[in-house]
Amino acid sequence: MNIAKPNSYRSGPDDRGHFGNFGGRFVAETLMPLILDLEKAYTAAKADPAFQAEMNGYLKNYVGRPSPLYFAERLTEHLGGAKIYLKREELNHTGSHKVNNVLGQIMLARRMGKKRIIAETGAGQHGVATATLCARFGLECVVYMGAVDVERQQPNVIRMEMLGAKVMPVQSGTRTLKDAMNEALRDWVTNVHNTFYCIGTVAGPHPYPTLVRDFQSIIGNETKTQMQEIEGRLPDSLVACIGGGSNAMGLFHPFLDDPSVEIFGVEAAGHGLTQLHAASIAGGRPGVLHGNRTYLLMDADGQIQDAHSISAGLDYPGIGPEHSWLHEVGRVNYLSATDDEALAAFQLLSRLEGIIPALEPAHAIAKVMELAPKRAKDHLMVVNLSGRGDKDVPQVGDILRGKSK
Amino acid sequence: MTTRIDIRFAELAKQGRSAFVTYVMAGDPDLTTSLDIVKALPKAGADVIELGIPFTDPMADGPSIQAAGLRALKAGMTLKKTLELVRDFRKDDNVTPLVLMGYYNPIYIYGVDKFLTDAKTAGVDGLIIVDLPPEEDDELCIPALKAGLNFIRLATPTTDDKRLPAVLANTSGFVYYVSIAGITGAAAADANVVGEAVARIKRHTRLPICVGFGIRTPEAARAIAEKADGSVVGTALVDALKNSLDAEGRATAKTVNAVAELTAALAQGVKGAQQAAE
Ligand SMILES: Cc1ncc(COP(=O)(O)O)c(C=O)c1O
Repeated sequence: MNIAKPNSYRSGPDDRGHFGNFGGRFVAETLMPLILDLEKAYTAAKADPAFQAEMNGYLKNYVGRPSPLYFAERLTEHLGGAKIYLKREELNHTGSHKVNNVLGQIMLARRMGKKRIIAETGAGQHGVATATLCARFGLECVVYMGAVDVERQQPNVIRMEMLGAKVMPVQSGTRTLKDAMNEALRDWVTNVHNTFYCIGTVAGPHPYPTLVRDFQSIIGNETKTQMQEIEGRLPDSLVACIGGGSNAMGLFHPFLDDPSVEIFGVEAAGHGLTQLHAASIAGGRPGVLHGNRTYLLMDADGQIQDAHSISAGLDYPGIGPEHSWLHEVGRVNYLSATDDEALAAFQLLSRLEGIIPALEPAHAIAKVMELAPKRAKDHLMVVNLSGRGDKDVPQVGDILRGKSK
Repeated sequence: MTTRIDIRFAELAKQGRSAFVTYVMAGDPDLTTSLDIVKALPKAGADVIELGIPFTDPMADGPSIQAAGLRALKAGMTLKKTLELVRDFRKDDNVTPLVLMGYYNPIYIYGVDKFLTDAKTAGVDGLIIVDLPPEEDDELCIPALKAGLNFIRLATPTTDDKRLPAVLANTSGFVYYVSIAGITGAAAADANVVGEAVARIKRHTRLPICVGFGIRTPEAARAIAEKADGSVVGTALVDALKNSLDAEGRATAKTVNAVAELTAALAQGVKGAQQAAE
């Protein structure tokens, strides 16, 4: 493929929401006026210093930012190569990076006068973050979650209910994240007059991929400053896991125009790329779903295929459109990690650093285990620790006990 | 360009009658039965046929049509076979307008140019693609118009007067007014409210306006027929089909008749309507 290199990797999307050939607004007419309103509201909010100031207040005192950039000394020693830093998004209130985006969207919803919030969730982290901010601001909250995920992420279901949200188990299709998103879109079409759809990743119709990216970019911006303070320079590489790609985009975006920084996104390879998996770039091709054109897992007829990952948050047959573009222009390298590799990384980080990661970023750690030993000792590698593993403890416990039997 | 849709609406206008538009899913519950159903529709009184293209992730459809699509896919339906079904239907019916309705991805993957050529050759007259708003007209709408197919747009209660011209700009054949903000199979809209909406759209276009979503009974179809140029029934027909299946979801001897009988009853309702004075 012959794709011209852009002058900047950070100027997208165009005014119709396209990143190269990806993105766009593929939605039902019922939603279109609202999506245009949202774009207007977001543009106005971005230009309003009061909006940013209010956000910054909550980010500091409610979310607990900045999150630390922590030198993982024992992991570094163990792998014997690059110097590994963890961006500690798991220390945020609610336990993952998802809250950065939810805060921004809830503040937008308030500006737009919407009193009812809906969300889709896979691992439940986005659902918990949404339920949390709805509790904080007194908004009605409905969270759609695939019935399979309701089973495997029980702790988060209980949390959402305690926070006053209504969790709707989705029985259609594969009963995972993709179906939760379908059901949320159906709710939105039905209740468009009073409802704000708080999307949990850099996907959906324009302007969602952009606004979610912007709200998550605090991860990369902080990393840049912190690394400058600690090491006096830029990092040499970045690694993050990818479900829809929001934690990855948040870390990557501020560095896209720093050519010395190598960037790695890690998709979920499930049982392996020749079997059931959730790696849309490695195993998919461009198609149109959930409001945008992007890489998708599908069959020859354009029917969407079942994804599989041990991690509910990565179990999605697509990826955000900006990632598809960054893949095609070659700025980001997309790798993948299997269920077993993620499980091994989950245990390694727990034992060496005393940090139990969520299964999602365990995929990123799994690739760090491959990449770091091949890098020099002065190579600075940052991995986004997007969430903590509390929600996964019952599931991983069962798997490990089952295995050791 | 004049399609079978244009001709049919011109005839109906002359007769002073509102159109009855039926929706069924291609390949539900299997290809052969589905072809028999489609063939039976005009005889039972359908003026226009909408044929659903099955898709795994129909985000604007309720449970009935979602299930219909999955039944069709499970029985091996594809877009290619949907076009074959149309071609077979056209062997004995060259007048009833046929519109394909669905989502963009299967068409995008089939290849837009090849799809338009094959659809036109098979005897398709128009397209309704739910997830292609005017903002994405370059994708399929403009090429479809060039290929001689109607591109029928959905207008909804959220499409205000400011936006209507953009929605209507490249629309042809007819306008499909979605009577409620919602998904297929949801509750019905009040016929008077619908009447006001139709009148509002009429101020912007001379195209016929058909109304769908939530119409299930002959009485409801009749009430809508008095306010609009056509009424569309989908979920009720899909439900009648489903109720005729055996425990494994396979067609029975009753299946084709179940759909045809309800079609006839609904068509009767529409024909009893007093057309609103133009
Ligand atoms: C901790 C954590 N990391 C990553 C993800 C994947 O989402 P994204 O790729 O948008 O960051 C999730 C999703 O649920 C998550 O909970």
